[in-house]
Amino acid sequence: MTDIKITITDRDGVAHEIDAPTDMNMNLMEVVRSYELAPEGTIGICGGMAMCASCQCYVESDHVLPEMSDDEEAMLAEAFHVEDNSRLGCQLHIHPDMDGLRVTLAPEE
Amino acid sequence: MIKTDILIIGAGPTGLFTVFEAGLLKLKCHLIDALPQPGGQCSEIYPKKPIYDIPAFPEVLAGDLVDNLMKQIEPFQPGFTLGERAQTIDKQEDGSFIVTTNKGTKHHAPVVAIAGGLGSFEPRKPPIPNIASYEDIGVEYIIRDPELYRDKNVIIAGGGDSALDWSIFLADVASEVTLVHRRNEFRGALDSVEKVQELKNQGRIKLITPAEVVDVLGDTHVNGVTIKQGEGTFNEPCDHFIPLFGLAPKLGPIGDWGLEIEKNAIKVDNSLDYQTNIPGIYAIGDVNTYPGKLKLILCGFHEATLMCQSAYQRIFPDKRYVMKYTTVGGVTGFDGTKKEAPKAVVKAID
Repeated sequence: MTDIKITITDRDGVAHEIDAPTDMNMNLMEVVRSYELAPEGTIGICGGMAMCASCQCYVESDHVLPEMSDDEEAMLAEAFHVEDNSRLGCQLHIHPDMDGLRVTLAPEE
Repeated sequence: MIKTDILIIGAGPTGLFTVFEAGLLKLKCHLIDALPQPGGQCSEIYPKKPIYDIPAFPEVLAGDLVDNLMKQIEPFQPGFTLGERAQTIDKQEDGSFIVTTNKGTKHHAPVVAIAGGLGSFEPRKPPIPNIASYEDIGVEYIIRDPELYRDKNVIIAGGGDSALDWSIFLADVASEVTLVHRRNEFRGALDSVEKVQELKNQGRIKLITPAEVVDVLGDTHVNGVTIKQGEGTFNEPCDHFIPLFGLAPKLGPIGDWGLEIEKNAIKVDNSLDYQTNIPGIYAIGDVNTYPGKLKLILCGFHEATLMCQSAYQRIFPDKRYVMKYTTVGGVTGFDGTKKEAPKAVVKAID
């Protein structure tokens, strides 16, 4: 089992360096929920189908992440508080290449 | 006044299956849902997506699951109040409840089962600081009566189907229609996108992209908006500003019913019957929480089943009852239908 380090800044501006497993088919939204870095019911509302934007985050490190799917792109076109570095956490599957990733959770809508 | 045995708030899979389990106990159900069709999230958000963890269904589309549940509960003739949101609850002296919707429809039942999922679906409101003060004086998130916009100057924001469809519709009604969207691309049915393009070419719809409405203007009524495009901003006059950004679930008025809320969900007694802190009000499915809770359809089905047994005891405290297997007892509908296992023919060999 390999864990990677990810730094997640929560909606109160507090940074948390956490270990994320790469072998549990988890995505970033689920990692945030597993560490309870955002209250239940305010993140991952659609369950991870890129159909809400409650897991929107801003990618702050220069990691090359998988390209956006049409679904993610479409959802971000309708979401609020969107920046150039916005991604949906649910669409970012934890991968060894993401070691050292730094993200900030977008405000709750 | 609609009267029933179990009033179910939320017509998603858990609410629908409750009708079946209640029906086996000869209890009648009525469902309220803010959406115009049953099925909850399964119908509204992901009807064409497959679900793989419904026991004995290796794969089932969410929409098909709802269709099957509707078929399964048909013999129990549930009532529906659709397109209305459960707003208030009043406990009566005899311990029963009257639930009134936002449209004033009243429902009376001895037991209320909240199967509200993530809440009722409400329009998503853009984070424009002063927008709330213009609601109903020129800002509308839902188009209820298109005639309101007759010969008016209307600005619509959004890039999905409803923004496109209403822009097309209002092009024939309003004096001017402007559509503002953050991207140059729209995601919608191809013919809607093409139609908007055609209306734009005819000068009947004005498109402002990529741009965003950042402020609403006006004193007693909206008279314009501020639009941000690139680094600059400009004001655009209008009589109505209609942000159409789809729907998102909110716990809503249920949160004010005096129920114990934890993690945006309703706390229940999971060691017994999924009853809330108010006796006679149960919460089942995604809307509830308890130690170890999982928001899964199959868990909602389980919770509904146990809840119905408790509801029966509450409604008929003096009656004795034990759970019967449908294979043994069959299913007798309120519509006179009866389904039962065929009797085996036993024949001795000479």
